[in-house]
Amino acid sequence: MNFEFTEEQIMIRDAARDFAQRDLITDVIARDTKAEYPTKHIKTLSELGFMGMMVDPEYEGGGMDTVSYVLAMEEISKIDAAVSVIMSVNNSLVCYGLGNYGSEEQKRKYLPDLANGRKIGAYLLSEPEAGSDATMQRTTAEDKGDHYLLNGTKNWITSANAGSVYLVIAQTHPEKRHHGINAFIVDKDTPGISLGPHEDKMGMRSSDTHSVMFTDVKVPAENRIGEDGFGFKFAMKALEAGRIGIAAQALGLASGALERSVQYAKERKAFGTEIANHQAIAFKIADMAVKVENARNLCLKAAWLKDNGKSFAIAGSMAKQYAADIAMEVTTEAVQIHGGYGYVKEYHVERLMREAKLTQIYEGTSEIQKIVISRSLLKD
Amino acid sequence: MKILICISNVPDTTTKIRFVNENTQFDTNGVQWIINPWDELALTRALELKEASGGAIEKITVISVGPQSAEPTLRKALAIGADDAIRVNAEPTDAYGVAFQLAEAVKDQGYDMIIAGIESSDYNGAGVGGMLAEFLGIASVSSVSTINIENGAVSLKREIDGGSELVGTQLPFVAIIQKGVALEPRIPSMRGIMMARKKPLNVTEGAAANNMTEFVGYELPPAKAACKMVDPENMKELVNLLHTEAKVI
Repeated sequence: MNFEFTEEQIMIRDAARDFAQRDLITDVIARDTKAEYPTKHIKTLSELGFMGMMVDPEYEGGGMDTVSYVLAMEEISKIDAAVSVIMSVNNSLVCYGLGNYGSEEQKRKYLPDLANGRKIGAYLLSEPEAGSDATMQRTTAEDKGDHYLLNGTKNWITSANAGSVYLVIAQTHPEKRHHGINAFIVDKDTPGISLGPHEDKMGMRSSDTHSVMFTDVKVPAENRIGEDGFGFKFAMKALEAGRIGIAAQALGLASGALERSVQYAKERKAFGTEIANHQAIAFKIADMAVKVENARNLCLKAAWLKDNGKSFAIAGSMAKQYAADIAMEVTTEAVQIHGGYGYVKEYHVERLMREAKLTQIYEGTSEIQKIVISRSLLKD
Repeated sequence: MKILICISNVPDTTTKIRFVNENTQFDTNGVQWIINPWDELALTRALELKEASGGAIEKITVISVGPQSAEPTLRKALAIGADDAIRVNAEPTDAYGVAFQLAEAVKDQGYDMIIAGIESSDYNGAGVGGMLAEFLGIASVSSVSTINIENGAVSLKREIDGGSELVGTQLPFVAIIQKGVALEPRIPSMRGIMMARKKPLNVTEGAAANNMTEFVGYELPPAKAACKMVDPENMKELVNLLHTEAKVI
């Protein structure tokens, strides 16, 4: 067993850290306040190759492993989870999904632009009445021979406006229930697509989230991913990979809050000494550190399993559930350690706390992860 | 045109500095190593010049004197964009020794412009650049804050008291650069990191060099004293403390 990172993994981690601490930190509070999309930062991330870092170099990707991806996600999320969610959706849902299940033509047509960030991908699964229960897809994809006709509404879509390549999950054969679902690659500028208003979110405010409406949207048959009826499996497989990204994001929120708390505890004085010298604070820091380390180990284990071609679904669920839950706990404690300063924007931790909440909800709630984990143990 | 960048492998600037062996040796335990910040800016400027040169600058080489543990720093320079790297296998303990090793490794290699940071952020010796030019018998320009190349002619700007100085030079030469030569260091891209795998990092054995100096000890600055509060009514004590303890008046 080897817990050491390779030289290359360290270089990638440091590159992500340098980018986050040099660029993202400068306007993260303003973008959060104004809910402003991080256009220039996504451009830099794209130039650095972080938008498709695990894509095969044959399709202009970075060709890096999932461990490197976890390290990069953690560093970026320490500073700005709104940016890292755009990165995560593009990398581990869209690029992973297309790279692993797309046809050769689909990959040649879409992956290079996505891997380079020339185009941003979005993943359209959730619906107003189908969140955790993704089998209940109401969006329909009627088979018209050489094309499909899409109708319906998708909800909570990250990068719905900035993105231009949509992966859309829709029902073709309702009688077959989830075996009738298909996944499609849809260009956003196809006629019949319209966006709902920008969602005014509690956290991750600078990522752009909208609902997306489809009205008689014609999608060429060759844009279907996999065989007829493969869509639900595709959606779940993409989510399995996506979980590692969100787990790493939650880890970054927690470790970022821990780093800020350690620094603050060493500077802030109360009762004649730095608050780090008060056991009430010191023990909080210890508890936070253990949780962060556990979450990091779970994330890296899931990534390592994926990199080594082993089954990573359960490890990914464990990482995602644990990291998200402790991100909420650790960021809340960070606000407590900061006291009144923690409750104002300047000290960042209140934002980390708002952002942590979403990691328990999206890409499979903590409760859904527990279903996945418990079923893996209890089913015969 | 060929450019050589001299790179010093230094502890990360946030490193907590400790000494061992009765304060005669820097404790490298747990230290993260980086490209000396001045050298990183030199590399950045060289890359900018190369990209704008339309092929006139054919190669950027980075070189460092150091043991194998310095190789990650050189590979980072390759990931940032240098074309190849040389490691001179010797301990970099003295400016004279390092400059001599560098000179032996690169003489007759046809580098037109050699760039060295004005100092390294660890020992701040500020000696290597000038000595290297001397060993090679070529020109050197110190405290360079701007490097431009137009139609093959190099123009340099030096910041001096009250203004700046424009300098032209014959090739080859050594530019000893200040911060300002490039805006900020480049972050390696995934593509750069991937390409660095295939770029050559050549190791040459160090020439026999005599060090002229040695470190005999280090002293850390005194720990920051606690803040003393003086009653605003008691001006006499304040003056007394400033005089006898702080010794500023």
